[in-house]
Amino acid sequence: MVFGYRNPRLPFYQLRDEMDRLWSGVFGPADGLRPATFRNQPAANVWERDDALLVEMEVPGVKSDQVDISVVGDELSVKVTRPEVAENVIAYHRRERPTGSFTRVLRLPLDVDANRVGAELHDGVLTITLPKAEAAKPRKIAVTCA
Amino acid sequence: MDHETTLTKTAAEQADSVERTRSGRCYRPNVDILEQADELLVLADMPGAKGETIDVKFEDGTLEIRAEVAPRQGDEHGYLLREYGVGDYYRSFRISETIAASKISAECADGVLTLHLPKTEAAKPRKIVVSAT
Repeated sequence: MVFGYRNPRLPFYQLRDEMDRLWSGVFGPADGLRPATFRNQPAANVWERDDALLVEMEVPGVKSDQVDISVVGDELSVKVTRPEVAENVIAYHRRERPTGSFTRVLRLPLDVDANRVGAELHDGVLTITLPKAEAAKPRKIAVTCA
Repeated sequence: MDHETTLTKTAAEQADSVERTRSGRCYRPNVDILEQADELLVLADMPGAKGETIDVKFEDGTLEIRAEVAPRQGDEHGYLLREYGVGDYYRSFRISETIAASKISAECADGVLTLHLPKTEAAKPRKIVVSAT
């Protein structure tokens, strides 16, 4: 048999991997995670701590007054406006950075305390801290032996 | 095909050939290259990179931008949603000789690196006045 075992260094598998990467980059994120398709929304990472939910988005070139965050019920909506920076442009040789305004709405999996939501913007990274509502925090239950 | 996709990060194409002494991924920053009257402006999106961690090198007609980004996200409880990774940035360009290499300057604000590449005198557009005779 020509391909005795899956040696990833064989040229055939390298070619197959390259083609996979090429195709997956066209239709969705190359990492494999496919969110529902939205129109040009900034990507978000969400993770959970004991006491809060953290949402991080990469929004380079945006100042803090150009970000609008609101929490209504269990939906977090983030609106980011990125203005055009340069004027007197003769020609664009490459244009890859999106400009304009983008909105992202995230459905939160648990209740958060909307009064204590905080957000920070450093070096183009927006971090939103959503403290969990009391009812949603994990509670240790002691087991008594009868 | 309509462009309904979340903005994604692309892996640096030369990531394998770049000497990696750090672990983690290397990404290719999105870049705008625009031409103004007396300089070329290169704007690179590198969120998470600060001025001190960015390295710009111009050598032999090739401009390289490199940024080190510290991992930000602890793995406290695992991710609920993970649409992008955090890693270093690298991109390189070939610059033509019409750039005055000694006068290249760079600044970084809010995760965007702005490079000013001034054109040499010969390359600037020059208005030629037509005199009526």
